[in-house]
Amino acid sequence: MSADSSHGNSPAAVAIEHDLGAEHEHPTWSVYWKVALVLTLVTVLEVWCYYLPSFVATPYFVPVLLVLSAFKFTVVVMFYMHLRYDHKLFRVLFTGPLILAMIAITALLFLFGKLAIRTGLLT
Amino acid sequence: MATSALPTLPTADVGHGYTTTGLPHRKVAIWAFIGSECMLFASLISTYLIYKGRSVKGPFPHEPWTDPANGHVFKPILNIPVTSCSTFVLLMSSLAMVLALAAVENRDKPKVSLGDKILGSSRLWLLMTALLGITFLGFQAFEFTSFVHEGLSIRTNLFGSSFFTLTGFHGAHVTAGVIWLLTMLAIDFKRGLGPKDALNVDIMALYWHFVDVVWIAIFTLIYLIK
Repeated sequence: MSADSSHGNSPAAVAIEHDLGAEHEHPTWSVYWKVALVLTLVTVLEVWCYYLPSFVATPYFVPVLLVLSAFKFTVVVMFYMHLRYDHKLFRVLFTGPLILAMIAITALLFLFGKLAIRTGLLT
Repeated sequence: MATSALPTLPTADVGHGYTTTGLPHRKVAIWAFIGSECMLFASLISTYLIYKGRSVKGPFPHEPWTDPANGHVFKPILNIPVTSCSTFVLLMSSLAMVLALAAVENRDKPKVSLGDKILGSSRLWLLMTALLGITFLGFQAFEFTSFVHEGLSIRTNLFGSSFFTLTGFHGAHVTAGVIWLLTMLAIDFKRGLGPKDALNVDIMALYWHFVDVVWIAIFTLIYLIK
């Protein structure tokens, strides 16, 4: 720990970080508070949707919730996890498995009949 | 001959926590770990979704159920108001976590106003994050206990098995995060955390935010979508 930490302050390490973009400027405190406010409002909106029977009955209910959830997910990853500001390699390390995970979930849902595409070609 | 073909690394990279990319190897490792965790939770979430609606007997998450054996009526088991509160608590813990990281990174900067002193207190924000994490775990313990009292355990039906496994794994991750936070807080009280410790706090923060984003997915997929 100390070796890493001391190295992190050495001129060589700072030069490397600047060259390769390992550490960029993080958002300010006010950005963090605004992000928290947005996350809270979106969560309130999600729960509000849940308690609207007329909206729950529509085909838009699930897609809207999924979009809101994806928005919250992205905001936390981009601003709180600093993926927007960090090195591209970190983005690859996270989004690669995340895309693979989403493909796996979708494939399994098709495989077990939870999702279906009705094109009329098979009937 | 073979050794002469090896690339020459900057001297600063060798054995001092930096990969050949110049990035801190522990930060690369935590992102790789988080990527692998995506796969773990994808398997648990897909298991839940596959079994959703296939339980032969109740209680069910969103629908009431009458037990044919004794006529007992079970309400829908999920308590959305309580879970919404716990979701808010976890989101706020992420805010406290980034403020703790910012406080550690900016420890050496002068703090003039009271606001600067509060925002610049890493101990306050680390403690706040840990307390919010513990509060979330309290909500989860309350939820699990009330479910068991209402007749849903991990062995009751497919919903119970997949639900308790998924949320239990997430709760175990939160517990690990709280232990990590308390350890970092103890170090802060012992010798103080400064910019040289920012990488350690950053790695912990990444884990904590990941636990938060997993819950964002769980809250929508398990609790809100009927």
